[in-house]
Amino acid sequence: MGAQLRVYRQKIKSAQTTKKITRAMELISASRIYKAQQRVAAATPYDRAVTRAVSAVATYSNVKHPLTTEPERIDRAAVVIFTSDRGLAGAFSSSVLKEADALTSLLRSQGKEVVYFLVGRKAVSNFGFRRRKFEQQWIGGTDLPQVDTAKAIADAVLASFNTEASEGGVDEIHLVFNRFVSMIAQVPEVIRLLPLEVVPGMQTPADDEVFPLYEFEPDVTKVLDALLPVYIESRIFNAMLQSAASEHAARQKAMKSATDNADKLIKNYTRLSNSARQAEITQQISEIVGGADALSTAGDED
Amino acid sequence: MSANTLRIELVAEDAAVWSGEAKMVIAKTVEGEIGLLPGHEPMLAILASGEVRITLPTGEIIKANAEDGFLSVEHNVVTVVARHAALI
Repeated sequence: MGAQLRVYRQKIKSAQTTKKITRAMELISASRIYKAQQRVAAATPYDRAVTRAVSAVATYSNVKHPLTTEPERIDRAAVVIFTSDRGLAGAFSSSVLKEADALTSLLRSQGKEVVYFLVGRKAVSNFGFRRRKFEQQWIGGTDLPQVDTAKAIADAVLASFNTEASEGGVDEIHLVFNRFVSMIAQVPEVIRLLPLEVVPGMQTPADDEVFPLYEFEPDVTKVLDALLPVYIESRIFNAMLQSAASEHAARQKAMKSATDNADKLIKNYTRLSNSARQAEITQQISEIVGGADALSTAGDED
Repeated sequence: MSANTLRIELVAEDAAVWSGEAKMVIAKTVEGEIGLLPGHEPMLAILASGEVRITLPTGEIIKANAEDGFLSVEHNVVTVVARHAALI
């Protein structure tokens, strides 16, 4: 076998091995998207119930609570970035990080200092590489979010929120994550978690409308105190679930195109190796014919 | 929904546990046990961990454990939201 042919055979083999891996990853992701979507669906009733309750309190009582009132001056804002632990998911992590960068420059232009909370190994390594500081990190398990992690994140951001700005606390909390739109579309999204702003799913009553008299047990402040951390946690958990579903979808898409590319490579190299083999055979034939010719001419002269 | 039944939704953090129509709900809040009948005024209460008892229109009783959550009542819709909840 000629040298050229051997090189092509080698490349075909390597592309085939890669294809096997990407194909397997594609199939794994495809099966996990379904589960991730189911988890999003399963957590939705809780999220909706909590949101409704929060908006009920916000709409039907005029109590002032630190979590709902906008501070006069916002000096520092926290940004929670949800990325994945592993790569090979196309632009999944980088699009979130890009969105976070855009948010950062927006906040900076408003004169706010930005502190980061990172979820996922990709965000941590990105920040490490660029030597940027961050407050806290949570790594591992981004593809299968757990309630406990959501609680840990919620506790950390709330603790930071409840600290005075002069002591290093924050006045505002933003989440940046990939929203799962469909199998082919995942959109990076920014939501402001605190202070609460728009509470979706509840139309504000008209001025002349009489509020239904809400009874709070034990009292409004206590209910809000108990409710808001739950709301925060549920929003964070929701962001994690959305992000996980998006991660699987993005990985499936990336691995599908990798498999397709491997197919294309294999096809091209097969063509090349065929023509190399053919050229070799042609050369050998012409060598033989040439050799025989030379021999017969030499025999004639004798 | 008829005016003399309650619509109950019992949800935990990671799944909806139970939902349906009922005649009466008894739940345990931090202030003590509370019984809810159709037509109850809107209310939001913090749950103490304990049992939620749901009486169905047929008279059958469904029991569930709920902890760490709250309960809201609005237009005959009772939502029991708990971090951990399970039917017994």
